[in-house]
Amino acid sequence: MEIEIVHAKSGKTLATLQNLAPSATVLDVKKEYKKLKPHLYIERQSFRSEPRGKSLKDEDQLRNIGLDKGGKIYFKDLGPQLSWTTVFLTEYAGPLVIYLIFYSRPALIYGANATRTRAQVVNVAAACWTFHYAKRLFETIFIHRFSHATMPIFNIFKNSMYYWGFAAYVAYYVNHPLYTPPAFGDRQMYLGLAGFLINELGNFSIHVALRNLRPPGTKVRKIPMPASNPLTWLFSLVTCPNYTYEIGAWLGFTIMTQCLPAGLFTLAGAYQMTLWAWGKHRNYKKEFKDYPKVRKPIIPFLL
Amino acid sequence: MLVLVIGQYMKTRHHFGIFNEVDRFLYVFQTAAVLEVLHCAIGIVRSSVVLTAFQVTSRVFLVWGVTYSVPQVHNTIGVTMFILAWAVTEVIRYSFYTFSLFGTVPYMLQWCRYTFFILLYPIGVTGELLTIYTSLPRVKASGIYSMQLPNKLNASFDYYSFLILIMLSYIPIFPQLYCHMLAQRQKIIGGKMTKKTQ
Repeated sequence: MEIEIVHAKSGKTLATLQNLAPSATVLDVKKEYKKLKPHLYIERQSFRSEPRGKSLKDEDQLRNIGLDKGGKIYFKDLGPQLSWTTVFLTEYAGPLVIYLIFYSRPALIYGANATRTRAQVVNVAAACWTFHYAKRLFETIFIHRFSHATMPIFNIFKNSMYYWGFAAYVAYYVNHPLYTPPAFGDRQMYLGLAGFLINELGNFSIHVALRNLRPPGTKVRKIPMPASNPLTWLFSLVTCPNYTYEIGAWLGFTIMTQCLPAGLFTLAGAYQMTLWAWGKHRNYKKEFKDYPKVRKPIIPFLL
Repeated sequence: MLVLVIGQYMKTRHHFGIFNEVDRFLYVFQTAAVLEVLHCAIGIVRSSVVLTAFQVTSRVFLVWGVTYSVPQVHNTIGVTMFILAWAVTEVIRYSFYTFSLFGTVPYMLQWCRYTFFILLYPIGVTGELLTIYTSLPRVKASGIYSMQLPNKLNASFDYYSFLILIMLSYIPIFPQLYCHMLAQRQKIIGGKMTKKTQ
């Protein structure tokens, strides 16, 4: 049977594939198309049943999407792709290096007369920041299991600007010679630190739980449930407790440093994560009819 | 407001003093323009919420953040330019919206709306930029809206630098908005013109 590959936007016929069986999958179509256009590696190809429809999954069989006797399939080039791992490593290594430059080489940033005794909290803040991003790098390499292998190349510039930019912004003020320690002194520092550490642990617990939800090498999707670790009990109230903990950690950092730029960073992250949480929440509800109704996307009972 | 501006100019043959006449109107009406964003959002006006919000924000900023905050710019030519440009634009734009609500828009009005901007936009933008530029020395000297280290929030903000950034942002933004209007013009009256000549 004949499959006609049509450009989704222009309607132009790009290629015709002859030797595909009705049981062939979208992945087979991609492989065949790559033979005709070698520069279009699999991750870059997106096929839809309708010109403006959703991308089909690699596992979808042609006979299940109405093409058992042949027909048109619509193509979109997703552009150059990078693996999620590459993007995450770049995004997270930057803030680590940048913050440590501000912390360990103040003369470079603030001028030669920048040396001055540091408040204890500045050292603690540097340790927390380093821990946070080292943990992220660790998780990217050893913990996370990604659904999609790649993302568009443009994302790396956009995301890096966000992470690196905010890293410089926060680092500048916390490590500044004129930094003012928190108003309530050590008590405030320890409170913020405790909050930070508990939330970091919580965030890590959720990442591990999500990893264990998905057998290696698969793209299985299940509803996450509270387990024996008390930090996972947050699953009973929210869809994305990892984001909840992340906001909590940065709130702790902000309280600890009493720094408005850190607060703005927390706010920006909270905003983005809320949008992501709403999306994930909606997807879960669509995919699982019995999704627990009491759960909110990111903030228990509220958001 | 347009009438007032023209009237004042006739009296003194100079742009000096115009602002005094119109400032109350400027403050009230430009701030009321925030309602326009709401109108787009609920659909009684067919314009993009984002573009309208953007324009309203930039105008409100110019009126309150610059003109109101730095009284020394009141009698500069820049202020007169943008007030004039805005006033003429608004007269046309609101007439257009009013007629739209009734169902039919006289072609003449539509033509004005999509043609006058060709001159008014650059005049307005020049006036705005001149105003901000003139305000700079005063802003630097007074340190208005700025905050320096050390302080309890461990943050700083330099309004002077911020204004310079705003001025620079006109460079990428103005051509985009202008071209968008030109494209709209092509779409809405470009076709009609050729039909008429046929």
